[in-house]
Amino acid sequence: MVFSSLGLGRVNIPFIQTLKILFSPIFLIESDWSATAYSVVMDVRLPRILAGLLVGAALSVSGAAFQGVFQNPLVSPHILGVASGAGFGAALAILFFDNIWMIHLISFLFGLASVGMTYALSRVYKMTPVLMLVLSGIVVGSLFSALTSLLKYMADPLNKMPAIVFWLLGSLNQVSFKNLLITLPVFIICMTVLLMVRWRINLLSMGEEDARSLGINTEILKAVIIVSATIATASAVCISGIIGWIGIMIPHIGRLIVGPDHKHLLPISMVIGASYLVAVDTIARTALTTEIPIGILTAVFGAPVFAFLLRKSQKAS
Amino acid sequence: MTGRVDIKNLSFGYTDKIEDLIFSDIHITLKPGEVFCLLGPNGSGKSTLLKCIARLLKPATGRVTIDGEDLTAMSPGHIAGKLGYVPQSLVSAFPFTVEEIVIMGRASQISMISSPSRQDKDKARDSMEKIGIAHLARRPCNRLSGGEWQMVLIARALTQSPRVLLLDEPTSHLDLGNQVKILEKVNSLSKEGITIIMASHFPDHAFLNADQVGILKGRSMKALGKPDKVLTEEVLFATYGIHIRVIEVLDGINRKICVPVLKRNESMKENS
Repeated sequence: MVFSSLGLGRVNIPFIQTLKILFSPIFLIESDWSATAYSVVMDVRLPRILAGLLVGAALSVSGAAFQGVFQNPLVSPHILGVASGAGFGAALAILFFDNIWMIHLISFLFGLASVGMTYALSRVYKMTPVLMLVLSGIVVGSLFSALTSLLKYMADPLNKMPAIVFWLLGSLNQVSFKNLLITLPVFIICMTVLLMVRWRINLLSMGEEDARSLGINTEILKAVIIVSATIATASAVCISGIIGWIGIMIPHIGRLIVGPDHKHLLPISMVIGASYLVAVDTIARTALTTEIPIGILTAVFGAPVFAFLLRKSQKAS
Repeated sequence: MTGRVDIKNLSFGYTDKIEDLIFSDIHITLKPGEVFCLLGPNGSGKSTLLKCIARLLKPATGRVTIDGEDLTAMSPGHIAGKLGYVPQSLVSAFPFTVEEIVIMGRASQISMISSPSRQDKDKARDSMEKIGIAHLARRPCNRLSGGEWQMVLIARALTQSPRVLLLDEPTSHLDLGNQVKILEKVNSLSKEGITIIMASHFPDHAFLNADQVGILKGRSMKALGKPDKVLTEEVLFATYGIHIRVIEVLDGINRKICVPVLKRNESMKENS
């Protein structure tokens, strides 16, 4: 998937040559390519593909984790308001700074802040019941969506407004090696934590009281999972914008393949999500002469697939 | 490994006000392997009492000790190693297999960052065999009958190697055959020395296999003791508000049974 995606694009580079370019820093390979080809493969396509892998894996694994914690297979990683918060942050940054680093940073911070607000809002009697979390997520999410709309309305319609709209639709085209390098450790830490506690997500998915009766400190476990999944999602959103459907659809496909046990579901979701997003992004940048925002494509592909899965699971049960 | 249970002065309310207490002044002492049947009308707080004993809810006063060890001071994981809790109505959002559900009972023995080991799997297999559901191991839990699901939850609690087992109305929604199968299983577990505390809707269950029975009504334990002594017709009337005849059946059964008397029969008697 990765190799073929590297070879595909507006600039036509033969497949063998792509491979040669890719491995040239590691092995001594005689150069038979142009500087443009090298730059296209190494500086444009490669970081973009790596970002696709990371974002796809992060959204899928977070989606699977959130669905387990919230005991609901229809939950997406954006449920606690992270996307709306990050979207608002990005819009704010585009409006006032117009600097890619500030956009990443501020959208990341607002993504986390919105989930923090959701968590604080849902806290009753020193506990955070799942239903309260979901409802608070809806409240916080719609607040930030409204604020984002306000910013869009106020923004300069020729310049800033399209930038905000494109950001919100999601794209991997602003990714460079530099900003990948900063988000990479965050992705790795969060996904590693989720993979470490993945069996315990089974316990939480039976309900909090039941998990407690089995001897689990549910408040700590829930916090660990929600924090890791949220940071992973916020990191994904801040470099790629809002890419919907992946986090809700990929875990379903994973369940069809390995069953509901999160011990197997999380790793398989990561792998499928990573390759799926790279595939969709390849289509996004090659199908038309101008790039199609990837968030539109994931929704266009995701909705019918999801509808199909839904019908199929209804028939099975 | 024994399972002596001492419950002293237990009370619980969702607020701190005394008038909001669901129950208070609960004292129960159980010897290892005894079966305690908790009766009471709907909404009397049977489930709440069981949850307080299991420390899923924090009691307002009182303490629960198992073999002299106070549960108040214990971590949830430590408690789970002594006490198994079988909930009344549990629904799984995902179609886990029976095997995957049963092995969840090992959670307190498995560290935060690992998955069940070979030993945990063996333990799960043992308790499935003991309960007689080994053939269901790979069946998704949404394709089980009510009786099978209850057996799965009991098997899961057994993988905790508990000294005390709490069962919250294990026979509700089950047909008569499955009810008796569950009670027989409970009996055989108590013979192995596991102390059982079971909430039930049916006073007959107390006659069937309980060593002690308690009746929870109106915020306190109204009666406590051996079923034959406690469950009189007067007490049952006070508990359920209907006339129930308690009849001793001999003929090799040698047990009392409860027979509800319908109002119609009484009025017919009065007319004649």
